[in-house]
Amino acid sequence: MNGLGVTPAGREQQVLDRIERSRQRKPKVREERITLAHGAGGKATHTLIDAIFLDAFRNPTLEGLDDGAVLDLAGARIAFSTDTYVVSPLFFPGGCIGDLAVNGTVNDLAMTGARPVALSAGFVLEEGFAVCELERIVAAMRHAADAADVQIVTGDTKVVQSGHGDGCYVNTAGVGVVTRRQRLTAGAARPGDVVIVSGPVGDHGVTVLLARGDLALEADLVSDTAPLASLADALLSATDGVRMLRDATRGGVATIMNEIAAASGVAVVLDEASVPVRPAVTGACELLGIDPLYVACEGRFVAVVDGTEADRALAALRAHPQGEQATVIGRVEPDPSGLVLLRTSFGGTRVVDMLVGDPLPRIC
Amino acid sequence: MCLGIPGEIVALATPDVATVEVAGVRRSVHIGLISEELAVGDWVLIHVGFALSRIDEQEARAALEFLESIGKAYEDEIVALQTSAPT
Amino acid sequence: MRFVDEFRDARSAQALSQRIAERCEPGRHYAFMEVCGGHTHTIYKHGLEDYLPETVQLVHGPGCPVCVIPMGRIDDAISIARRPEVIFTTFGDMMRVPGGNGTFFDAKATGADIRMVYSPLDALAVARANPERRVVFFGIGFETTAPSTAMTILRAEAEGITNFSVFCNHVMIIPAIKAILESPDLRLDGFLGPGHVSTVIGCWPYEFITRQHGKPLVCAGFEPLDILASVLMLLTQLAEGRAEVENQYARVVPWDGNPLALRAIGRVMELRPYFEWRGLGFIAQSALRLNENYAAFDAERIFPVPGIRIADPKACQCGEVLKGVLKPWECKVFGTACTPETPIGTCMVSSEGACAAYYNYGRFTRQRLTAAAR
Repeated sequence: MNGLGVTPAGREQQVLDRIERSRQRKPKVREERITLAHGAGGKATHTLIDAIFLDAFRNPTLEGLDDGAVLDLAGARIAFSTDTYVVSPLFFPGGCIGDLAVNGTVNDLAMTGARPVALSAGFVLEEGFAVCELERIVAAMRHAADAADVQIVTGDTKVVQSGHGDGCYVNTAGVGVVTRRQRLTAGAARPGDVVIVSGPVGDHGVTVLLARGDLALEADLVSDTAPLASLADALLSATDGVRMLRDATRGGVATIMNEIAAASGVAVVLDEASVPVRPAVTGACELLGIDPLYVACEGRFVAVVDGTEADRALAALRAHPQGEQATVIGRVEPDPSGLVLLRTSFGGTRVVDMLVGDPLPRIC
Repeated sequence: MCLGIPGEIVALATPDVATVEVAGVRRSVHIGLISEELAVGDWVLIHVGFALSRIDEQEARAALEFLESIGKAYEDEIVALQTSAPT
Repeated sequence: MRFVDEFRDARSAQALSQRIAERCEPGRHYAFMEVCGGHTHTIYKHGLEDYLPETVQLVHGPGCPVCVIPMGRIDDAISIARRPEVIFTTFGDMMRVPGGNGTFFDAKATGADIRMVYSPLDALAVARANPERRVVFFGIGFETTAPSTAMTILRAEAEGITNFSVFCNHVMIIPAIKAILESPDLRLDGFLGPGHVSTVIGCWPYEFITRQHGKPLVCAGFEPLDILASVLMLLTQLAEGRAEVENQYARVVPWDGNPLALRAIGRVMELRPYFEWRGLGFIAQSALRLNENYAAFDAERIFPVPGIRIADPKACQCGEVLKGVLKPWECKVFGTACTPETPIGTCMVSSEGACAAYYNYGRFTRQRLTAAAR
């Protein structure tokens, strides 16, 4: 492969090509035991999903790996999704695990273009968990369900021994009705499309990180947890040019961009200066050495929209109270396929890859 | 190494501890390594919860002026280039 | 953010880029070592290479205190962490570093109580809150971080806290730079000095580089404009035939350093006769340990550690990358066997390691895209 006459630049390109080929190979889980990285939404999570779950359950619907599955059932198109909530602390500024549980599944359904209708709620409670805290969580869920115009129609409860369960885990599954013709999927992005985010990023992740207390940072930040069905509806009603919607949860905006680039075989080029971030989120991220692009939100979505429809899409979002700060943050290009690039506010270019696990605070 | 961020002193709790703010985020920071007397409004460089140095605002201004002068000279050149008569 | 945003202004960057290009002698190639991992990170994160002509190369140096910790020491730390009575506290940087038998994350998965902290003072707070457990803090970092560890130990002593100790792995920058200068494989024209280490040690310790080796050093800040301005200052020195220590980061770095910080280190710590640096081998008087007076806070004296030297995996070329002899993509396993997901060496694990920075950020810069398109 390397021989005479290969320039240094040529050799470097060979290495870069080798990396790309490596990235295309079938994923394998190398660890013997699950670690926290597997739950962070980044590379480790994706490898776990591909190598273990997808491999075992394989079917065309699952392979789409979209936020929700859309099934043709008896003549109707039903969206179906599930999410499990594991958060510490259970209560944080702006909400609690109950809000996340309802809004998270409502949003997954909304991202398929569905009108969310009903949720189930399964609880795993730790022996010794305070009943009054459970009441608070359930009250929050009722409130969130009303705000999202859905009902919690069935559920389950289990109790595990003290020491297992972090207090309370919640799983919600939801169904919705899809009436729109548009098929929203991560594989639909095309060169010339724009990437829009519905509001400032990173609020939830930083709020929860600070609420854990061990970093001893204080800020006036609240979680952005919110139901997005109404905002998504406003966008989908205004234009047919929406290719896909995805809510930016664990792994942040950067992870979604990578999923889109891989699924659609395109490049996504982001513009750093355009990404909306609240000053306190910027401050906390600078102090901790983490990048807001990877920090979780719970009430924001990313939309990929036909470039010619960008203005219409933005107008529709900004007219809605939840979308006032919607912005175009990037565009889709043909090359380099599968990669996400960032044009820095400084004018340079860099890659935005998925992280292996959670973004970790660093001192170096 | 080393992540060091400039932060503003917003409160002085004890001789050794100050509350420092960075873009709205607050943390208590140990100021025992700074020999000068610190006051609310001073800026310090923070690293792992300690202030390592007081930021010299004059030096900061000088550094920015140096950068601006290069920027200005550059822009003047561009203008000169654009308005120069073709040969 | 004040004192940060102003030093990220793109327009000034254009102007600096122009001046840098003008200051280069035609036909001459320049190699400047940026010693500090923080500089490596900034350079890639902001895409600074796009602002430098192809004839100016930035070579990454050994200033990554995570990268230089040998695998055996990681194993020692993990062995302490596995003890049931221990709460092991560490900066986030270390969690994914592989030792001979896995990472801290792996140890956590099998039950070790390992917690991430932002400050050694937070580790001390954990000790206060858990009097029945023994809290150990993993002290890593160059002279930037050592004073904070020292001050924390002094506070523990003042408060009579007896369940707190430090596993000290603080290393020193000047011995590392000396090792680089003695390396025959490297031809460097100048250095970007580590800005934050210099807040503690000052700028004058670098004078041996200018006097004995005739190479200029500019002590550089960490924002993009700081780095570009420093490169310009280096080129200016070379053009004018000077070799001096200059302080670009004067807003933060005092020429004489921080006497209180140095005193804190001196009170609590002492030089180890020698210490093994991953990739650089054993270097005399290059690292710190707690002195006799603070033995009660020294985790190495309190807990038995295996102390086994583990050779780097055969394939690992971290040493040469740390010395700047190899670029990340020149390492044989870069990107294939050694990736951020499956790191073989520390250069790929540490967020400021040259390989991680290149893989995660730098592998597609405008230059490379244009080169590939050609």
